[in-house]
Amino acid sequence: MIALEIVQCGPGVSVQDAGRFGFRRFGVSTAGAMDRRALALANTLAGNPPDAAALELPLAGAELRVIGGPVLVAAHGPGTTLAVSGRPVSESSSVQLEDDDTVTIGPPQEGVYSYVAVAGGILTRPVLGSRSCHRRSGIGGDVLSPGDRLPCIGSSDNAPLFLTEGMKDYGRDAIRIVPGPQADHFEEATWSRFLSSSYRISPRSDRMGLRLEGPALRSSKGHDIVSEGVVPGSVQVPGDGNPIVLGRDCQTTGGYPKIATVISADLDRLAQVPIGRDVRFRVVSEGDAIDAARRSARWHSSLGLAAKPVSGSSPDLHSHNLIGGVTKGDDP
Amino acid sequence: MEVDRDANGPVIRYLGDSAISVEFGDRIDAGLVSRVHAFDAALNQLCLVGVIETVPTYRATTVHLDPLRADVREIEAAVLRLAATERDASGPAGQLWEVPVAYGQDFGIDLDDVAAHAGMTPSDLIEAHADPEYLVAMVGFLPGFSYLSGLDPRLSMPRRSEPRARIPASSISIGGQQTAISSIEGPSGWHVIGRTPVRPFQLGRMPEFLFEPGDRIRFRPVSAREWSQLDRDAARGALIAKSIE
Repeated sequence: MIALEIVQCGPGVSVQDAGRFGFRRFGVSTAGAMDRRALALANTLAGNPPDAAALELPLAGAELRVIGGPVLVAAHGPGTTLAVSGRPVSESSSVQLEDDDTVTIGPPQEGVYSYVAVAGGILTRPVLGSRSCHRRSGIGGDVLSPGDRLPCIGSSDNAPLFLTEGMKDYGRDAIRIVPGPQADHFEEATWSRFLSSSYRISPRSDRMGLRLEGPALRSSKGHDIVSEGVVPGSVQVPGDGNPIVLGRDCQTTGGYPKIATVISADLDRLAQVPIGRDVRFRVVSEGDAIDAARRSARWHSSLGLAAKPVSGSSPDLHSHNLIGGVTKGDDP
Repeated sequence: MEVDRDANGPVIRYLGDSAISVEFGDRIDAGLVSRVHAFDAALNQLCLVGVIETVPTYRATTVHLDPLRADVREIEAAVLRLAATERDASGPAGQLWEVPVAYGQDFGIDLDDVAAHAGMTPSDLIEAHADPEYLVAMVGFLPGFSYLSGLDPRLSMPRRSEPRARIPASSISIGGQQTAISSIEGPSGWHVIGRTPVRPFQLGRMPEFLFEPGDRIRFRPVSAREWSQLDRDAARGALIAKSIE
C-alpha cells in the first residue's frame, strides 16, 4: 500500500474535495474544501483535476511521512510552506517524495486553511459521491490524527510541476454580498450600520460558520423564522445580533433570519481571513454574483494549462521567480 | 408587505448566486406544507438545466443552482408558470410508511413529562401521538432527521431549557408544535417520547435514506420485545418501516 501517514498535526485536519451534492433534501451537508481555490492550486501542482480529494489543515501545520512511494506532493495555502527533510520547496511547485521521506507543512501564516495534495488524489472511500469529511454527521469519515494513513497511488513517472501564474494574493477588498431572503426584516438604519462597519472574525469560527463580532444587527421581526433552506455563505443573524456566515459544513436548513448571502466567488477569500482580522461587506447584484462565479470557474478550469513541468531532476526552485504576476483583487 | 400568497403565488428570493428560495408563506400550516411539497415534486419533474437539487421545507423550497449552467431568469419564469398551473392540483402522494415505535420507559424518557404537560395519562398520550397520519415536512439538522407536521396541538410542549448533548439514534421526540424522527445520535432540546427500530439513514443500505420530504408516516406502538427483535433486523440492513401505499 502507498500512503501518506500523519506524523503530527493540529486539530480539525480532514480530507476534503469539492463537496457532496444531491443529498441536501435528506439533511446531508455538502461539506467540501473551505477554500476551493487553494484546493485547486494544490491539486494542479500535483497534476490533478482541481477538485480531487486533498488534506485540509486548519491553522496549524503538519508532518507527513510517505509509506511506499514515490509520490508527487504539493501544498498550498496563504503563507503555507513545504519542506522535505528540512529543505524548503517553493509554494508554487510540487515535489517527488520517496518511501519514508518526511514532509513538513508550515502553518498558513497569512490565512486559515492549507491543502496538501498528492498525485492521483487521496483515495479514501467515497461516501455518497464525495470523500469530504462532514465532522458533525461522520459522513466521509472523522477528522484525522497522528497515525492515520491516507491511501494514494504511486507516481513514479510524474515530474514535479510549477505554476507560472495564478498564485494571487487574496486581497483585502470588501466581501461581496447579495441581500438575503429576509433582507427586509432589517431596517434601513440597520443595513447602513452593517455596510459601514467592520466585523471581526471570532475565534469561535469553524467549518460550520464564521462568527463575526461588531455592531449588533436587530431584526424588526424577531430572530426566529420558520426554518428554510440555507447555503454556504448565508449570513444568519441570531438573537445576539452578531452575524454568522455559514461555512461549507453548515446544516441544510436554518431558522435564523438571513440578512444577506456572500457570493460564491468570495467564499474562499472569506474562509482565509485570519481570526481577529476585520472584514467589511459591500452589496452587489445577483447578476454580478453570477458573473463572478463564472469568472472564477473559468479560472479553475484553466489552471491545468498553467502548470509546467520542472525541468531537471533536482531543481533549485528558489532560483526561479515562480510567483510571477502577483495581483490583487476580488476575482481569481 | 403582507400579501395573500395563495392568491398571488410564491415569492422568489435569492440566496446569492447559488440558490433561489420559492417561498409560499412564513408560517407552519398544513395547507402550506402540502402546497410546498406538491410544487417541489412537480419542479423536480421538469429537470431544469442548472438545478442541482431542491430542499423543500414547511413554507418554501430552496432550489440550489449551478451558476455556470443555470439561466436564473428562465428558472424563475418556469417556477412562476408551474406555481400558476399547480395551484389547484391535489397534494402529492409521497409514500406512506408504517413506523413501529416503542413508547416510554427507556425508549422515551420524557414521555411522562409530556403527558403531565398535556394533562393526559401516558397511555392517552401514546394514543394521541400514534393516531394521526403525519407528513414529512422537512428533513434537516442531521442526515435523515425527519420533521413531521400533523401533531395534535394538545401534545405540543416548549423545548427543554437545557438541550441534551446526545439523544439516541431513531428517537421520536416533540419540540414546540413539531414532532420528529431522529436518525443518528446527536444533540437535542426536544422531549424524547419513544424510539423506533427504523434507521431513517443507514449507509450501505439501499435506499440509504427512507423518508423523503412529502412522504407520510403512521406510527404503530410496539412492545419492548418486538422493538428488540425489529432492531436486530434493522441492524442487519432490513428496512423495518413498511411502505403501505
